Amino acid sequence: MLAESLALSAALFTIGVVGVLVRRNAIIVFMCVELMLNAVNLSFVALARAHGTAGQVFAIFVMTVAAAEAAVGLAIIIAIFRHVRTVNLKNINLLRG
Amino acid sequence: MQEAHPLAETAARFIWWLPTLPLIGFLINGALALAATAKPGPADPSADHGHDQSTGPSHAASDSHAHGDDAHPPRHRFARAVSVVGPGVMVLAFGLALAIFAVMRGAEMHAPYINTLFSWMPVGDLQLDAALQLDQLSMVMVLVITGIGMLIHLFSIGYMQDDPGYARFFAYLNLFVFSMLLLVLGANMVVTFVGWEGVGLCSYLLIGFWFTEKANADAGKKAFVVNRIGDFGFMVAMFMLFANLGTLNYVDIAARAGQFAPGGALVTTICLFMLLGCFGKSAQIPLYTWLPDAMAGPTPVSALIHAATMVTAGVYLVARTSMLFSIAPVASLTVALVGAVTALFAATIGLKQWDIKKVLAYSTVSQLGYMFVGVGVGAYTAGVFHLVTHAFFKALLFLGSGSVIFAMHRAYHAIHNHSDDAQDMRNMGGMKRYMPVTWVVMWVATLAIAGIPPFAGFFSKDEILGQVFARAHGSTLASATYLGVSGATVLYAIWILALAAALLTAIYMTRMMLYTFHGPNRTGDGAQSHLAEAPWIMTGPLVVLAILSAFGGWLNLPETVTEMIPLGPTAVLEHWLEPVVGGATERIAAGSAHTAASTEQVLLGVAIAIAVAGIALAWTRLRPSSLVPKPLAEPSTGFQKVLENKWYVDEIYDVSVVKPVYATSRGVLWKFFDVGVIDTLFANGSAALARFLGWVGSQVQSGQLGTYAWLLVIGAVLVIRAFAQAGG
Repeated sequence: MLAESLALSAALFTIGVVGVLVRRNAIIVFMCVELMLNAVNLSFVALARAHGTAGQVFAIFVMTVAAAEAAVGLAIIIAIFRHVRTVNLKNINLLRG
Repeated sequence: MQEAHPLAETAARFIWWLPTLPLIGFLINGALALAATAKPGPADPSADHGHDQSTGPSHAASDSHAHGDDAHPPRHRFARAVSVVGPGVMVLAFGLALAIFAVMRGAEMHAPYINTLFSWMPVGDLQLDAALQLDQLSMVMVLVITGIGMLIHLFSIGYMQDDPGYARFFAYLNLFVFSMLLLVLGANMVVTFVGWEGVGLCSYLLIGFWFTEKANADAGKKAFVVNRIGDFGFMVAMFMLFANLGTLNYVDIAARAGQFAPGGALVTTICLFMLLGCFGKSAQIPLYTWLPDAMAGPTPVSALIHAATMVTAGVYLVARTSMLFSIAPVASLTVALVGAVTALFAATIGLKQWDIKKVLAYSTVSQLGYMFVGVGVGAYTAGVFHLVTHAFFKALLFLGSGSVIFAMHRAYHAIHNHSDDAQDMRNMGGMKRYMPVTWVVMWVATLAIAGIPPFAGFFSKDEILGQVFARAHGSTLASATYLGVSGATVLYAIWILALAAALLTAIYMTRMMLYTFHGPNRTGDGAQSHLAEAPWIMTGPLVVLAILSAFGGWLNLPETVTEMIPLGPTAVLEHWLEPVVGGATERIAAGSAHTAASTEQVLLGVAIAIAVAGIALAWTRLRPSSLVPKPLAEPSTGFQKVLENKWYVDEIYDVSVVKPVYATSRGVLWKFFDVGVIDTLFANGSAALARFLGWVGSQVQSGQLGTYAWLLVIGAVLVIRAFAQAGG
């Protein structure tokens, strides 16, 4: 049971990573980040069955942070969209020195 | 230990004043020289180059005022003060040396008197003191340096009187005496080395004294560079001695020399490296070429530095380290062999030189070879004896030639002839009519150097020849093998070479005298009437030196002579030097049978016969009347041309050493290493590398989040992998 849960968690995480790397739409990248967080949550919960409840507590924490992050992240994306009229990351290179 | 020394609490404790006096003279004269140039007074240095420019056609500057009858340009601003200070400190030093000598004669001393001034370099095992060592050997050298030096300083008052660099000249000369005294008085090799480098510096400064002419400056540089080769050897010898004996004090070296295996490779190597230094300083093959060029300096310099004192430093050093050489037969034989070959080789060149100073220069090289033969065969007393007598007669010869050149220059100057060479013997001739005093004293010196009894050179030269012969008949040298040849054979070869050199010495010296002083005068009609004897301040020292050259042999009369003719006490110098070099001489002479008195008499006869034959040969064969002045002379041909061009050794060195060094310096060191490696690769290359790395870094920072994310993931994967491997 644990092995299958961790395998699913790893699969979800990998999908998230690949999505962050290859997609250019900011919204989709953002969603992939959420996917990675939830993959980790899944492994926390799975491991909590074997090693005590600390994992479940951490899963709650991660959900809280993810909620906050979603609020801030979406706000940033909206702000960017207003500024440059696009959410395609290719066209945004403000971090360039 | 020092309290117990018989010389403590005597005049010897003022020994540090000996080098200090000339140093004070140097400081005063140097300050005056600087003061004179700072404010050009009546003696404007650009007004005239002085009377005795070594090469004639340099008086373009003096042509401007040459139309009046002002044959005497104004003297140096501080000439009077310099004339007092420069020679004055020498008189004081000589007086002190005599006082110390008087004390030493009365004292019974077996160990050297060491005067430690202060601790100089206490570094770990290396405990070096600034210490002076007074023993019989250094006393002899001190007397020669201060005595002859004093006479030459006095002579210089006259010789250099019109030179704008008068103060500078005496400053350098004083500095030289200071360094030379440090050299002979040093109690360890490092103090000696400081003096050794100091005399080299002064030699350089004084050879290039008239530095406005490139040839003179080049001669100074040549002397300096060639001497560096020798100094390298000296330093390596010092390093090896310290590494193996742990000391550089002469006293301690003597005490620990027994640690070396007699005749072993180590002590031989040390001695050979030391020899390299001696050969450089004392102008022996292969490093002799600088000495003839050194004649570019003023003549008193040639007399003091390049004849009487500095060039004998190598001989002194061999005698000083006799405790090492006496256990290294191969090194000792090298000393003697090189000396003998040099003696003959330089004498052949002396046969065909026309510049009067060049003749004397090659004669000096040749006589230095004799001294090396002496110290090489373990006859340290004989070597030092010849050093002393040679200092007498060669200083006299140089000063005498200086007196002639002085007269020639005055004569040419008086008629404004600036094209003829005042040093070329083809322009001289018949000088005895104009300069009788110089003529007589020069003959005394010539007879002395040629080895005519009872003049000084006869006794010293014969002593060396006799010792070589005696060593060949059984000694540690004779029983050693030298490059596969038995030592005895080498010694006989040395003896024959030395005899041949003696013959040539007599010939070229007589030739020089004939061409300079005899026959008709070739100076030119106008100049002839202006030839005159030098002033008394110059002839005075000449006369004193002539007396010394005539009677210097009494320092060390051989037993063979005193048995036949009771001239005086026998072997004074030998008894005097016994405590210093006696042990070393005995070690080398071990096993030698005493030469029979009859054999010694025959050897004496041979030496006299050779000297007389040489003079007679030159006297009958050379015709001064058939000589023509230099401009009309035809170029010589064949073997004579080879000799006149000094066996083309300078040219050979030029092709085999100087040019390759230049080519290497330019092609490899400059064009390749400096420009290529240092400038391009290191300096510009490191800048380019930094710029490239910066460019790489800037490319990564594209502002594209995708790129950053990739890098992050790659990095994370690598870190995880590293952890996984470390954990596994």
